[in-house]
Amino acid sequence: MAGIVGYGVYIPYYRIKVEEIAKVWGDDPRAISRGLVVQEKSVPSPDEDTATISVEAARNSLKRAKINPQKIGAIYVGSESHPYAVKPTATIVADAVAATPELTAADLEFACKAGTAGIQVCMGLVDSDAIEYGLAIGADTAQGAPSDALEYTASAGGAAYIIGKGNTLADFEGTYSFTTDTPDFYRREGKPYPRHGGRFTGEPAYFKHVLSAAKGLFGKMGTDASDYDHVVFHQPNGKFYIRAARKLGFKEDQYKTGLLTPYIGNTYSGATPLGLAAVLDIAQAGERIMAVSYGSGAGSDAFSITVNDEIEQKRDLAPKVQELVDNKCYVDYAVYAKFKGKLRMAGLTQH
Amino acid sequence: MKDIVRGWRHIPQRYNLIGSKCNHCGAVYFPVRVICPECRRKGKLEEIKLSGKGKIHTYSVIHTPTGDFKLISPYVVAIIELEEGTKITSQIVDSDGDNIKIGDEVELVFRKIREEGEDGVISYGYKFKLKK
Ligand SMILES: [Zn+2]
Repeated sequence: MAGIVGYGVYIPYYRIKVEEIAKVWGDDPRAISRGLVVQEKSVPSPDEDTATISVEAARNSLKRAKINPQKIGAIYVGSESHPYAVKPTATIVADAVAATPELTAADLEFACKAGTAGIQVCMGLVDSDAIEYGLAIGADTAQGAPSDALEYTASAGGAAYIIGKGNTLADFEGTYSFTTDTPDFYRREGKPYPRHGGRFTGEPAYFKHVLSAAKGLFGKMGTDASDYDHVVFHQPNGKFYIRAARKLGFKEDQYKTGLLTPYIGNTYSGATPLGLAAVLDIAQAGERIMAVSYGSGAGSDAFSITVNDEIEQKRDLAPKVQELVDNKCYVDYAVYAKFKGKLRMAGLTQH
Repeated sequence: MKDIVRGWRHIPQRYNLIGSKCNHCGAVYFPVRVICPECRRKGKLEEIKLSGKGKIHTYSVIHTPTGDFKLISPYVVAIIELEEGTKITSQIVDSDGDNIKIGDEVELVFRKIREEGEDGVISYGYKFKLKK
């Protein structure tokens, strides 16, 4: 079966603290921080978007994969914040990593799980020998409307995975998906900010799909929580993640490494791929990982992965998640609003 | 449309820092040249993918820009000496100038260069950041 030949990550340099946002809207910062289990979130610079984040992550994944980019036969970029409504992000990435012109490419959209959907497509293409290597990326620059609860968590970041059969650093044992039509969170064409169903986003949406996908994978693989050394889930906030992990019988030692939302916020399509990368950064050969994404709308993709010896040769070849989490500079709400285009400026084309 | 075509033709240079290397004297040029000014007809220029690693030769902090650049003000523009020997002018990202000095090592990043208004094409290309 296909495996991970290389992985790479990117997180923007700027951060804003939950208390800085709470101050503006008169919320109690400690209540918000405790309720969501989020302390701060990443903020993209005005010259960063899903395309630039994808390219940085993809270039880092190539440093670990050490393959000729011309051998990449497919690129999929999963995001809900593609810079263009029509014109793929994937072609920008393809040119920027010198993979053009002999390849297939497309953008994928499935709220926060389009990145893992791209991994599954690449697995299929590799396993059927249609391509030698596939590049799957999950990246977002998420937008929350000012004063909306989402503003405390919506952040930016991404991770890229090169899927192939040769020189893998970790191997897929199986994947299982659970999908239903659930309108928990959506954004209509042309609207700048998404709408969400408040409490409706929890039980019938996130938990139903994440837990069903995890249990489905357990059944398919004949495993349970005790068979995995590490687990990572989609993480709209820290609270949902920890509750999902505990309901499935995982202990803190198993789930803590992949939990990044408290420090960088919810990177949407980047969240599960970044959490998995944080685990690969520290995992030992022979260890087993379960990863479960979630996308509103709604669906979850679960993966069972085993790490092999090659990880030792590759993990130091590109920046690790923790290094990027620690490399930061705080901005206040005014600079944040300017960066995110929330201000109207005289004579400018800002939106 | 003319601008879009001009931008598109320069994508390899802007995305991947493709320059020219003279096969006679070894001099490296960016952007791409057709003829080596030193060797003229004796030398032939070949494409070279520059490493994107270099040092700050000199820099300037821009505090009062115009237009869309106000969004990132203050920002740093530097002349960078690449390890292949050629110099290149570029923005240094994620810096307001406080943490920069001449001789600092920098590396290539991929960023938005400009947007043609709300409904136009978005140009991407090289910028640099301080090496950690
Ligand atoms: Zn010459």
